[in-house]
Parts: sequence; structure tokens; C-alpha cells
Amino acid sequence: MADEGKKAKKTIIPDRVHMAEQAAEERVSNFKEVPLGYTEDQAAEEAKRCLQCKKAACSTGCPVEINIPEFIKLVAEKNFQEAAKKIKSTNSLPAVCGRVCPQEIQCESKCIVGKKGDPVSIGGLERFVADWERDHGTVEAPPRPQARNKKVAVVGSGPAGLTVASDLAKLGYGVTLFEALHKTGGVLVYGIPEFRLPKAIVQAEVDFVESLGVEIKTNALIGKLYTIPELMESGYDAVFIGIGAGGPMFMNIPGEELNGVYSANEFLTRSNLMKAYLFPEYDTPIKKNKKVAVVGAGNVAMDSVRTAIRLGADEVYLVYRRSEKEMPARNEEIERAKEENAILKLLTNPVRLIGNDKGWVTGMECIKMELGEPDDSGRRRPVPIKGSEFIIEVDDVIMALGTNANPLLTQATPGLELNKWGYVVADEETCATSIKGVYAGGDIVTGSATVILAMGAGRKAAKAIDSYLSTSA
Amino acid sequence: MYKVLDKKKLASTVTLLKLDTPEIAKKVKPGQFVIIRLNEEGERLPLTVNDFDREKGTITIVFQEVGKTTKLLGKLEVNEQIADVVGPLGKHTEIEKFGKVICIGGGVGTAVIYPVTRALYQAGNEVVGIVGARNKDLLTFVDEMEAVTNQLIVTTDDGSQGRKGLVTEPLKEILDSGEKIDHIIAIGPAIMMKFVCKTTEPYKVKTIVSLNPIMLDATGMCGVCRVRVGGETKFGCVDGPEFDGHQVDFDSLINRLKQYVAEEKISMATIEG
Ligand SMILES: Cc1cc2nc3c(=O)[nH]c(=O)nc-3n(C[C@H](O)[C@H](O)[C@H](O)COP(=O)(O)OP(=O)(O)OC[C@H]3O[C@@H](n4cnc5c(N)ncnc54)[C@H](O)[C@@H]3O)c2cc1C
Ligand SMILES: Cc1cc2nc3c(=O)[nH]c(=O)nc-3n(C[C@H](O)[C@H](O)[C@H](O)COP(=O)(O)OP(=O)(O)OC[C@H]3O[C@@H](n4cnc5c(N)ncnc54)[C@H](O)[C@@H]3O)c2cc1C
Ligand code: SF4
Ligand code: SF4
Ligand code: FES
Repeated sequence: MADEGKKAKKTIIPDRVHMAEQAAEERVSNFKEVPLGYTEDQAAEEAKRCLQCKKAACSTGCPVEINIPEFIKLVAEKNFQEAAKKIKSTNSLPAVCGRVCPQEIQCESKCIVGKKGDPVSIGGLERFVADWERDHGTVEAPPRPQARNKKVAVVGSGPAGLTVASDLAKLGYGVTLFEALHKTGGVLVYGIPEFRLPKAIVQAEVDFVESLGVEIKTNALIGKLYTIPELMESGYDAVFIGIGAGGPMFMNIPGEELNGVYSANEFLTRSNLMKAYLFPEYDTPIKKNKKVAVVGAGNVAMDSVRTAIRLGADEVYLVYRRSEKEMPARNEEIERAKEENAILKLLTNPVRLIGNDKGWVTGMECIKMELGEPDDSGRRRPVPIKGSEFIIEVDDVIMALGTNANPLLTQATPGLELNKWGYVVADEETCATSIKGVYAGGDIVTGSATVILAMGAGRKAAKAIDSYLSTSA
Repeated sequence: MYKVLDKKKLASTVTLLKLDTPEIAKKVKPGQFVIIRLNEEGERLPLTVNDFDREKGTITIVFQEVGKTTKLLGKLEVNEQIADVVGPLGKHTEIEKFGKVICIGGGVGTAVIYPVTRALYQAGNEVVGIVGARNKDLLTFVDEMEAVTNQLIVTTDDGSQGRKGLVTEPLKEILDSGEKIDHIIAIGPAIMMKFVCKTTEPYKVKTIVSLNPIMLDATGMCGVCRVRVGGETKFGCVDGPEFDGHQVDFDSLINRLKQYVAEEKISMATIEG
């Protein structure tokens, strides 16, 4: 590593190739993707910035173990087809990861080039390769391995479930993926908006997983249609639980039952999964209100803010009790929200929602906050400033406060150990739970995290399930 | 895809469909519901399972045409397909031997309360049924209810069949008669359930209602179905749909049901042309 560092210093590294994007004034009135992707030449040029490190630090930052220098070398050579194969040997969802991975804290944070300037755009290149392959219609399922006579049930089709399912199918296991909703993809389809992750792209990656031989069963709410013990009795030798952390959180302040107050899950599900932004062409309605307040500051809040703007709101407030520095969303998303004219109300906390005589929300009473001593999370604790209450006029309030564990399945699974917040207790390395043959990973174990961490857990679980099934009779 | 196997018009705006859903038919219990999505553009619509046949692998749903989706559903013919049917959802009704029970169905709620009534009757309860509708034409499941009750009282708002008046009137008379009632279940429009609960509250008879808040995923993920019950926020889709009616904040429920009235009109206009 040391001598590679020196080499990096000696080489003059060109600036990162800029990826074109829709201008803010244009994109606020459509749901099309914001960054437009690289051209073939741009991708090859960006790939040439990679130093092809022998001990590639970048790969250690990738939870699904993509061989980054190798695929980038193929891109530099414009051998995009082989680059796609290389990536897909360990990652079935590259078009998704290239778009929504927080690369700045994963692979790119470790890239040696980043020590001098911008790291190599690993995510941008991964996205390019996946898009290239899809656009050229050359997506190929790898040859089917010899079938093994063991079956695995995967519950939940988010990134964790899709990864377990594809890894095990590649090993020859019979895999059934059970999904409660009518579409597969988890948060990728119901939460993350079209303008960040086009749904046709998610569908194409799900199709790839299916082409590996995975049987997909939508409309199957496990815990109700079948319980986990029933799945095991009916012939599944192992079960993976990847149901996400899908419970919405509210603030428990007065007025939350008023009309016009939603969880971000509801607002985003209407818009994304049900395509309510195309209402009445699609049947599910969504309110197109003018003065919208979004409470929270994570990716979910940014997505809600930017969706409300696209639905035609005039004023969209982002209400957050800490300061900009503590905002958990990706910087890129915060910047984009600001470019799109989101109004940041920082160090501000809602205390009460006010309604009119028809039961609709009309105002949000807030209190100003200041930062005190650090709390458990190491961030400075916000404390209310007495007497600083003020009212924001709103006709729509979206609570994007984070999520909690949805108890529906876990409560229907006797013997499954949960922690005090209701998340499943699973081994960090093997994803094994307290029930033999039952594994769990992704948000239902960690609480809301990221796509790539859920996929990393899926990879580990698939390995552990393989070794469990290979050794058990 | 899920096939329509049978169709019956029960009243001018009330239709029964029998659906081919073997997996759901195996598991569903009285009081549970399904989510239906007609097609790619469709919304997710909650409907109670009115009946089921575990052997034949079918469930029946009964619905009143009130908006676009129920209208389109009413136009489906035998052998046509529905894109999605999800279930069984929600908690099932607690069926016990309570003693003497009253089952009250209002409007299309009669179809919904029928399997519950039957289960209570088969569990050995003495069952009084009260079913009501605006008029004779909207009354459904009277014969079926007759068969699974010890006594059935029919009311219509306009007196075109049975007693003239609301379901709450015979209910109050029974309660006033001093006879011991052990358990009451009421299913119908929110406003009816509200007044049934108001009627029974002074008599302190446990009254279960099946709520119909707006729903979206019906898996506990979105929170649109939240209702205030006993001062707490509950989710209709997973904690319900049945709740202790004396604890329910009906005014908030009724208000929340109005959230998309304007949009529902736009939706209807798309099929009325
Ligand atoms: C709006 C939003 C934006 C985000 N943005 C980003 C981002 O930019 N980058 C990033 O890395 N992460 C982001 N995240 C976080 C990321 O999406 C999650 O961490 C990730 O999706 C978790 O994956 P998972 O597989 O554990 O679960 P999920 O994606 O939640 O999928 C779980 C699936 O299981 C299904 N399910 C639940 N219960 C059952 C049951 N009983 N039976 C059958 N199926 C069931 C659900 O319907 C769902 O489809 C975002 C999250 C949200 C909500
Ligand atoms: C758990 C559950 C179970 C249900 N079971 C049944 C059932 O078995 N049979 C059935 O017919 N309906 C049932 N409903 C209600 C049914 O889902 C609605 O009637 C349906 O959503 C209307 O959809 P739509 O698009 O046709 O009309 P929309 O356009 O959504 O509504 C049209 C108009 O009807 C009003 N409306 C909506 N629902 C009701 C209602 N329940 N009673 C009176 N007015 C209403 C609306 O406020 C609106 O003004 C149930 C609801 C829930 C939550
Ligand atoms: S999957 Fe994510 S972490 Fe891995 S290389 Fe791609 S962008 Fe980086
Ligand atoms: S991406 Fe960065 S760390 Fe990885 S091989 Fe290239 S230069 Fe080295
Ligand atoms: S319908 Fe979404 S949580 Fe109940």
C-alpha cells in the first residue's frame, strides 16, 4: 500500500469526469432521473484514472466484494460486456448500487486516488456498465449449476432477500422468494423515487435474479399466508428473513391524526409503488399540496421533499431539530434538495399540529432548538429554547423520522429471539438466528441502514446457508 | 392472476364474486380481509372475505359499488382475471361461546358480518341478528342470516322491507328489555357503528366493530390506516380491523375517510367518460 501511495503522489491525476445531470429548474417538474450517466468515452476516460492498485483498498470497502480494479480495467479497455460479467459474478444489482450506494463512505472512501483529489467514480462506472449491458440487450444469466435437492425460502424481496436468493440460486439451490407486496424490490420500489432510481431498472435487475432460477411469489405476506414453521414443514430446508424495517414512526404530538398528515412511507409508497404521481392515469391518489413540511433529515426526508416539489408544491420545508452538520442524508442528496429550493428549517422541532374545523392540517407549531452536550450517538443533543415557539403555515405534513421493526412476521414466529426494539437477533458473520435453519439480515437486523449493507448481509447469509445445507443431512 | 369463478348481483349496486385463491382459502378465518388490485394501474382495495371453501380453494367477496375500483370490479365477468389478491389480512374474529350475542350488519356490512355470525352460531351462541339498509333493494344476505340466527330483525330506513327505521332502534329495545346480552358485533358504515356503540355503551355490553379506514399496503408499513383506540394509535390493517367499539374515536375515523373525496371524483370521471 505504501509504495502505491507514493506512486499516486507522483502521477498527476486528472479530475474526475463529470457526469451530466438535468438542471434543477428543469428537473423539478418531472420524475426523470437526475444524473444522466456516462457516455462510453467518458466511462473509459474515468476508468483510466484508476491506478490498478495491487492491493486494492477500494474492494475492501465493498460489502459484496466486487473486484473493482478488474472491472475498471475492462471499462478502460471498452470491454463493457466482460466488465458487466465481472461485476455480476458477485453483485446481482449493479445498476441499483451504482446509483444509490453511499459510495463516499464505502468503496470510494478507500480509493487511493481520493487521497489527492476526487476518488475514482466507482459507482458511476458500475452504473455505466450495468446500463450499457441492459441497453445492449446482452444480459445473460450464467449457466445453471447442477441442481441440489435442497430448498430455501427467502422472505422479503428487498436488497437483502434478492442477494441471498441469487447467491443461493447460483449454487444450485431451489429458491423461492416470498414478497408481501405486488412488486419485488422492497424499498427500491416502494421508497426510493423514480428520479433517483428508475423502477424499470430495478425490474430489470429483479428479472436477472429470476433468470438465475429463483421462483418469485408476490402477494405472499409471510406470518399470515404461511408462518415460518409452516414453510419449514412444507419442505424448505432453510429460511432467510429479509423483511426490512418497514414500520412508520410518528412523533406522538397532538394533531397527527389530522387529514394531510402522512408518514413518509405512505407518501413515498403512493408516489413510487402505486405511481400516484401519474394520477388519474393510475388509480391511487396523492395530495398535490402547496405548502408542505417534511420532518426529518435522512435520505427518506430528502426523497419526500424532492417528491413534494415535483408534485407541484410552492413551498417545501425541511424541519430538523439539529443543524445541517448532523443531517444523516447523503451530501449529494442534501445539495440537490437545496438546488431544488427546499427551505431548510434547522434547529427546529414540531410540538403540535393545528387543524381547521374540517379536520385538515393548517399549521405546525414548532420550537427553536440549540445544541447542548453530546448524547449517546456522539452528536450534540438538541434542547428546546423556552418561549421560542412559532407557527409554520402548512397544508401537508410528512413525517420522515425513521422506521421501526414491523412486528407482523416476528410475532408469528415462536422462538425467534428479538432485541428490545423488536429487531431480529442474528449472528454478525453468519446471520444465523435463534432458530436452527433460520437466518436473517438487512434492516430487520440492523435497523434502517443502506442497500449495500443489506446486500452484504445477504451475501454472508447465503454462504452460511450453503455451508449449513452442505453439512446437514 | 386470480380468476373469477362465479358472479352474482345481489342488489343493483352490490355484487358477489367467487375467486380462485387456493392458498388464501386454506388459511382465512372469519373477520379477515384481502387486498385486491385489479390491474397494473389499479389501487389496492381492501375487502372482507365473506365466505370461503377450503376444498374448492375459493373465497367470496361482496362489495358495494361506491367508486372507480368497486365499479370496475362489478364489471368483471366469470373467467376474467384479477391481477393481485393478497391475504388473509388482519386479525380474525374471536369466536367463543359468549352466551347471547347480537350481530348487527348495516348495508354491505351484512355480507361482512355473515361469516362471523355463522361462526358464532356454530360455536353454540344464541344469536340475534339485526340487519339494516337504506331500502329493500340494498338489503342482502337476509336468507343466509336467517339460517344462522335464532332471531333476525330486518330494518330499512324507508320501511320498504321489515321495520322502518335504523338498526339502533331494535337494538335499544332488546337492551332495555333487561335480557342479558353477553356480546355484540356491529359491521357497517362508520357512522352506523358509531351510533351502535353509543347505544350499547350505557349498558356496558362489549361491542366489537370492524373498521374500514383507508388502506394502502395493509402490511403495517404505511400508517394510513391509523385509528385512535383507547387513546392509542392503532393500525387498522394489522391490529384490526376489529376493535372494542367503546374505545374507538369514530369522529377521527370518519374524518380520515374523507381524505381523498376530491380525487375519488376525478377517478370516477375517468370511467364515466
Ligand atoms: C425513502 C428511502 C430512501 C433510501 N435511500 C437510500 C439510499 O439512497 N442509499 C442506500 O443505500 N439506502 C437507502 N435507503 C435504505 C435502504 O433502502 C434500506 O436499508 C434497504 O432497502 C434495506 O433492505 P432490506 O432488504 O433489509 O429490506 P427492504 O428493502 O425494506 O425490503 C423488505 C421487503 O420485505 C417485504 N416484507 C416485509 N414483511 C414481509 C412479510 N411478512 N412477508 C413477505 N414479505 C415481507 C417488504 O414488503 C419489502 O419488500 C433508503 C430507504 C428509504 C425508505
Ligand atoms: C378492512 C376493510 C374491509 C372492507 N370490506 C368491505 C367489504 O367487504 N365490502 C365493501 O363493499 N366494502 C368494504 N370495505 C370498504 C371498501 O374498501 C371501500 O368501499 C372501497 O375502498 C371503495 O373504493 P372505490 O375506489 O370503489 O371508491 P372510492 O372512490 O375510494 O370511494 C367512493 C366514496 O365512497 C366512500 N366510501 C368509501 N368506503 C366506504 C365505506 N366502507 N362505506 C361507505 N362509504 C364509503 C368514500 O368516502 C367516497 O366518498 C372494506 C374496507 C376495509 C378497510
Ligand atoms: S456495490 Fe456499492 S460499495 Fe460495492 S463497489 Fe459498487 S458502489 Fe461501491
Ligand atoms: S479504484 Fe482507487 S483504490 Fe481501487 S484500484 Fe483504482 S485507484 Fe486503486
Ligand atoms: S394500510 Fe398501511 S399500515 Fe395499514
